[in-house]
Formats: sequence, structure tokens, C-alpha cells
Amino acid sequence: MNINATLLIQIIAFLLLIWFVNKVLWGPLSKLMEDRQKRINDGLSAAEKGKHELELAEKRAKDVLKDAKLQAQNVLSQAEKRGSEIVEDAKVKAVEEADRIKASAQAELEQEVSRAREELRKEVSSLVVSGAEKILHKEVDAAVHNDMLETLVKSI
Amino acid sequence: MGTVEYIQHHLTNNTLALNAEAQEAIDKGQMTFWALNLDTIAFSLLLGALIVFVAARLGKQLESGTPGGFQNFVESVLDFVSTNVRDAFPGHNPLIAPLALTIFLWVWLMNFMDLIPVDLLPYLFQLITGDSHAYLKVVPTTDLNTPLAMAAVVFGLILYYNIKCKGLVGFIKMFLFHPFGKFFVPVNIVMTLIEEVSKPLSLALRLFGNMFAGELVFLLIALIGGTLAVGAAALFWAPLQAILDLGWLIFHLLVITLQAFIFMVLTIVYLGMAHEEH
Repeated sequence: MNINATLLIQIIAFLLLIWFVNKVLWGPLSKLMEDRQKRINDGLSAAEKGKHELELAEKRAKDVLKDAKLQAQNVLSQAEKRGSEIVEDAKVKAVEEADRIKASAQAELEQEVSRAREELRKEVSSLVVSGAEKILHKEVDAAVHNDMLETLVKSI
Repeated sequence: MGTVEYIQHHLTNNTLALNAEAQEAIDKGQMTFWALNLDTIAFSLLLGALIVFVAARLGKQLESGTPGGFQNFVESVLDFVSTNVRDAFPGHNPLIAPLALTIFLWVWLMNFMDLIPVDLLPYLFQLITGDSHAYLKVVPTTDLNTPLAMAAVVFGLILYYNIKCKGLVGFIKMFLFHPFGKFFVPVNIVMTLIEEVSKPLSLALRLFGNMFAGELVFLLIALIGGTLAVGAAALFWAPLQAILDLGWLIFHLLVITLQAFIFMVLTIVYLGMAHEEH
């Protein structure tokens, strides 16, 4: 176990080996591992972000769905309301129409009745006149007996 | 070959003398600075080159999305190291993590040489060289030079960051007023000096001691078969050696990993302490 010049050689060898190991082994490999670590971290954070975004999107979708439901309900209730309104309207209109028809029918009827009566009256007066002529065998002067005729017609 | 000789032979480096005086000293079995342990250098460089080669090949086919088996394994080692750095090192310094990774990988691989059967590589080496007495010590961390070199680099970094983070004045103040306050300046200098010097020394000696002792135990286990298994006795001793070897191997697998880990973590901690401002 002599200490000799080997010591100096070994010191130089050791220093060289440190340099080489740093250059060919530690340097590239630790850089590679660092890069990989970074990539993994990036991936993990991206995944985390994605998850967060998914959650947000889900929440948004839920909100939209809720809104849509609410709107649909609104539309539905409005439609119902409108429907009943229309029905109500139609009812009112129908009643009105019926009334109108009834009224016009009534008017027509009355008109018809009065016309018939007028005709009848005329016919009766002429009948009376012709009857009287036959009874009296002479002409009845319409002008003379007009007053009488008039009262006759009116009494019918 | 006697047992002592066997062990000594295994624990001797294949040394190249850098000058005649050194050669003389080696021949006499004395210590000399101007020599190189060729086997230590060769194996540690080979293992370092292996790391770089494998890393470079892996680097060409890096897969960002779905990493395959081997990349997964390397990534988990990287992750393990960077977790330790994050836990033990305050603040940020781009040098610490590669340094820790280098220490962990290199020390582990050098320690792993210990798990190769103790006689295999020396025997092959002796076959190749044709010299039946050629020395070959295959575990670089059982040569004190290697742990000490790494500890020296770590020590250099500790000093550098101490001065860089605390300033030269702050660094000197640390020696003067730490740990007992301003009334014990001489004691403080000694204490802090011991504290600082003990860091690299404990780093180096812990690794060296553990690996050296582990290697020694492997050698002793190998001796069981080598010296006692003669004739019929081999039926008893050879299986015992196999069982002991396996047991120590499994335990040692834990030790080499633990030692690499300890060296790495203590380096991180020491450098973290250097970065702290008192």
C-alpha cells in the first residue's frame, strides 16, 4: 500500500471521468428526464384544465336546459291561455252571431207578417168591396165608401 | 507457495519505476513515490472508459417517451443520486450531482472487481505474460492511491467552495473562531484543522480499509481449498470453501454498494457544509 505517483494519475483520471460523466451521461439524461417531467406536468395540468372545462360546460348545459324547460313551460301556458281566450272569444262571437241571426230572423218575420197582413188587408178590402157590390148589385163608389172601407180594413 | 507469500503476492501491485532510484527501492521492497501502479491505473481507467462508453452508447438511443430496460435502470440510478443530492445538499450547484454520480458508479465498479474470483485475473495475466510470478492487483480501491486521489479532489472542492462561499476572511474566521468562540483561538485552529483534514482522510481510509479487508477475507477463503484440500480432505474443504465464498460474496455485494454510497453521500454532505455560511 505505497502511496506513489499513481495518486497523481488517479486524480487526473477522476477529474476527467467527472467531466465525461457530466458530458455524456448526467447532462443529456437529466435534461431528458427534466423534459419528461415537464411534459408529464403539462399533461396533468392540461387534463386538470380539461376536467374543469368539462365541469363548466356541464353546468352551462344544465343552465341552458333549465332555461329551455322554463321557456317551454311559458310557451305552453301562454298557448293554453291563448287557446282558452280564443275559445272564449269564439263563444262570445257565436253568441253574438246567434243573436244577430235571431234578430234578423225576427225582423224578417215581422216584416213578412206585416206584409202578409197588408196584402191580406188589401185582399179583404177588395173582397169586401166585391162582396158588397154583389150584395147591392150596384157599384159601390169607392170614394164614397172609402171611410167605411177603411174602418173595415182596420178592424180585420 | 506458502500462505503468507500467497497473500503478499496478491496484495502487491504491478509497479513501474519512473527512475533508477525508484527501481532500486522497489527491488529492495522499500517505498518510493516515483513509481506507478500499472494494474491500478489500467483497471480504474478501463472501468472509467466502460462508464463513458456505455453512457455514450446509451446517449445515442435515448428514448424520451418510453425508455427501455437499460435506460430505465440508468434513470433510476440517476434518480437515486439526484434524490440524495437534493436531500443532503442545500442550494443548487450543477457540479455536485455529476460528481456524486461519477463517484457512485466508478467506486462501485472498482469495488465490483473484488467479486471476481481472486485468482482468475492474476492467473490469466500470468498465462498471457508467461511470467508465473507477475503481480496483478485487480481491485483499484484496495490500492490506497485511488481512494486518496478521489478524496483529494473532494478536499480540493471543499476548500474551493469554502473560500468561494464564505470568502477568504470568512474561511480564516472559521479556523479562528470555530467551534469554541473567540477565547480559544489556538484550540479552535487545531480543532478545525483536524476536522477539515479528517474529512478526506476518513473518506479515503474508510473505502480503502473496507475493500482491503474484504479482499483479504476472499484470499483467506481461497486458501482453505488451496492449502487444506489434499486428497480425501478435499471432499470436506472444497465444499466449505464454496459455501464460505458464496456467503462472503453475497455479503460483500452489500458492502461494495454501501461503500460507494457512503463515499458519495459524505462527499455531498461535506460539500454542502462548505457551501453553508456560518
